[in-house]
Amino acid sequence: MAEMWLNMGPQHPMTHGLWNLRVKVDGETMVEAEPVIGYLHRGWEKLTENRKFPQIIPMADRLCYGASMSWSHLYCLTMEDAMEVEVPERAKWIRTIVLEAQRIGSHLMWLAALGTDLGSYTVFLYPVRERELFLDLMQNLCGARMTYNYPRIGGVRNDVPANFERDFTRVLNHFEKRLSDYEALCDQSTVFRMRMEGVGLLSAEKAKNLGVTGPNLRGSGVDYDVRRDDPYEMYDQIDWKVCVEKSCDAYARYRVKMDEMRESCNIIRQCIKQMKPGAIRVKPPRTLAKGKTGWAHVEDPRGEGFMYVIGNGDERPYRLKVRSPIFVTVSAAPEMLVGYKIADVPAIMGSVDMCLGETDR
Amino acid sequence: MIANGLYEFIHGIALWIMQVLAWPINNLFHWYNFGAWLVSAGVVGFITTLLVALVVFIVGFLVSITFIWEERKILGRLMDRRGTQVGALGLFQNFADGLKTFIKEHIVPDEVDKQLFNLAPVLLIAMSVLMMCLIPIGPNFYMADLNAGLLLVFAIFSLAPFAILMAGWASNNKYTVMGGMRAAAQLIAYEVPILLSVASVVVVVGSFNFLTIVSFQQDNIWLVIPLFLGALVFFISVIAEVERIPFDLPEAEAELVEGWMTEYGGFRWGLIMLSEYVRGFAASGVLVLLFLGGWAGPAFIWPEIWFLIKMFLVFALFIWVRGALMRVTTKQILGLGWTKLMPLALINLGIAIALKMGGWL
Amino acid sequence: MERIGLAPGGKTGEVLAQDIAQRFPQGVAVAKSTNNRLYAKVDRSVLVSLCTYMRDALDFEHVTCVGGVDWLEQGKMQVVYHITSYANKVTAELVVDLPRDKPEVDSITFLWGGANWHERETWDMFGIVFVGHPKLERLLNPAGTEVFPFRKDFVTGRRV
Repeated sequence: MAEMWLNMGPQHPMTHGLWNLRVKVDGETMVEAEPVIGYLHRGWEKLTENRKFPQIIPMADRLCYGASMSWSHLYCLTMEDAMEVEVPERAKWIRTIVLEAQRIGSHLMWLAALGTDLGSYTVFLYPVRERELFLDLMQNLCGARMTYNYPRIGGVRNDVPANFERDFTRVLNHFEKRLSDYEALCDQSTVFRMRMEGVGLLSAEKAKNLGVTGPNLRGSGVDYDVRRDDPYEMYDQIDWKVCVEKSCDAYARYRVKMDEMRESCNIIRQCIKQMKPGAIRVKPPRTLAKGKTGWAHVEDPRGEGFMYVIGNGDERPYRLKVRSPIFVTVSAAPEMLVGYKIADVPAIMGSVDMCLGETDR
Repeated sequence: MIANGLYEFIHGIALWIMQVLAWPINNLFHWYNFGAWLVSAGVVGFITTLLVALVVFIVGFLVSITFIWEERKILGRLMDRRGTQVGALGLFQNFADGLKTFIKEHIVPDEVDKQLFNLAPVLLIAMSVLMMCLIPIGPNFYMADLNAGLLLVFAIFSLAPFAILMAGWASNNKYTVMGGMRAAAQLIAYEVPILLSVASVVVVVGSFNFLTIVSFQQDNIWLVIPLFLGALVFFISVIAEVERIPFDLPEAEAELVEGWMTEYGGFRWGLIMLSEYVRGFAASGVLVLLFLGGWAGPAFIWPEIWFLIKMFLVFALFIWVRGALMRVTTKQILGLGWTKLMPLALINLGIAIALKMGGWL
Repeated sequence: MERIGLAPGGKTGEVLAQDIAQRFPQGVAVAKSTNNRLYAKVDRSVLVSLCTYMRDALDFEHVTCVGGVDWLEQGKMQVVYHITSYANKVTAELVVDLPRDKPEVDSITFLWGGANWHERETWDMFGIVFVGHPKLERLLNPAGTEVFPFRKDFVTGRRV
């Protein structure tokens, strides 16, 4: 069969979000690939130039709606860096717990999407069932299931509800048993391993150069995690380990995320034990001097998220720049796709965990 | 038409109907010749054949629909949900779905090859229904008892790739063409292990006639025990033939939308889906007849009911496999068929020959 | 602050700042440096040589972000680079000023592939031309858009 350009998207059951993957196929093998994005571009960065600083927090939630706490927290960190505000300790503990719970929720959603891509609806429904528990915890805390609007510049919005420790501990105990079930369902399935091992290879050198970060980078054997290497919140006071795999394929990325879920349970348990009573919020200044800059980067569930703000002298930012990890990973996708068959595309792109909200902004 | 219990039963009814029809013709119109012709053996025989066909079709149709119900319920429970709920135990859902597909709009894209596009689903359902009449459900309940019945069933099974290629090509769509070719490759590859395992049964029994095979098993031993390898190979290959997960790549939603049936909507889609389940009915029916003793069982239940119970159990195994596994890619499917299943089938054939020559069977 | 996981021989931000200031006395003005941060203002003529030096000698393997800023009243545009070193665990911020009527700067995509889409997006939104970029085309805006939306003289709320 002659070579032809195939459009996988923008309407397609596989694509996680609205984007188009153009592949040039020779029979079934992909010779070239070109991702086309921009269908979900909302002009977020320009919108923020016309909003007051606290009004941008709910907007930041909607950058990646699958991991929204991570983004509004990143925005608050950026503003705290620019305004030089010191967050009280209890707020940092709460933020750490909530961020790790969000990481688990986001990774569960990723696993569910991976299941549908590979054709197993069982692997879709089981993680979604557990994710409901985490969404319930978040609802008890801040009243919302998906876009939380919970972090504030200078702390968090409200203190934890009654029975917070008890509920979290119950959910984590139940979840860790279930996680072993999911690992059995996938790792011990020859079909799953056949589909994920050896596809989507991305060497460590290429990954570093192409700007790939997060679990995708650690799946290629590079030991870098912003939480350990440039700590924020309380990560430097907790004993946890970074999950790295060496095989550089889609299976390695899957394993990194499964291990990360376990580590998150570990982190949350330690935070709950070490949390002390205290203030949860300080009042930040209203304005930011013109030309004053600040930036922060975090370990988003998908990679390194980064924001850069420049003040305008009044209550609005002059410029707010967002770096989304998946924006860069998608640009590196052709590297992972070329040479494999079309049937491998869902396995490879599923292992990368795409979220279009943050890519297009 | 060889007389059997069903035939005799319907013959009596048909004769009665013809006599009722002939009475006014004889006594009111006085067309005695016409009346005599109506109750003659040839006409009554013809009417009986039509009625038997109708009864067999309705029974097969209802059993296939019940298979769909069974699938939705069991698959639901495997995924921790309840399955269909409409009507008593969810049995009415399929009729509701059937009605829905029947009243949908007939969309035919402009550029398709109209004759082939319309012909393909008709061909598919016709072939599937044709198989229904060849598979006996009980010693007294079948439409045709041919000495080469087994051979004919598999000949009809293998006509499916034609219809699928027709459908894929006529839809004038890059994706469907690819789906059709993949489907054809898969189905043709899996014919070989099926026929080899069927050959082993024929070697042991010495006949292609279904009734003979079942009475052999009733007298000696259910063939699943000596020919276990063959039963296993048959089970796996027939899942591939019927295009279920884990072998449903031709229909892979995550990649090619619906594969070769993308352009079929409404009633045509309903027919194609139904034909898939009728082929599942035929597949499990043949598996039960060849390996699980057909309708052999203690005499306190009718043999027909035994047969149906065994068929439902076999189909439940199909569903279990679907719930637990993921889709396998083309390269791996073809590799599995040619390099793993075929040698096993050959070994099984060797065992069958050895058993027959050694006189144990 | 002790940096967990830092490889032996990893340098702090201050050490790297001194290294850079020594090597590029003209064209680079280090504004601030701490244990794990480095802030510098860079002239656009030395950008590529600085980046090449940073990648090859100072182990800066990863481009975190490349963004544009439009200073309308001051008549200039800025490109802000954030480049990270995994080995030293330091992030460097480089700010390059460009004249607003002819905003051109050399592309660093050939050094780090990660800068590819960042530069393309900056061109798409601001019109800053990255000389030597392999594919300077519209990324987030639809193909065929004729304006640069993030510039300060582009008024939102009006039909384009």
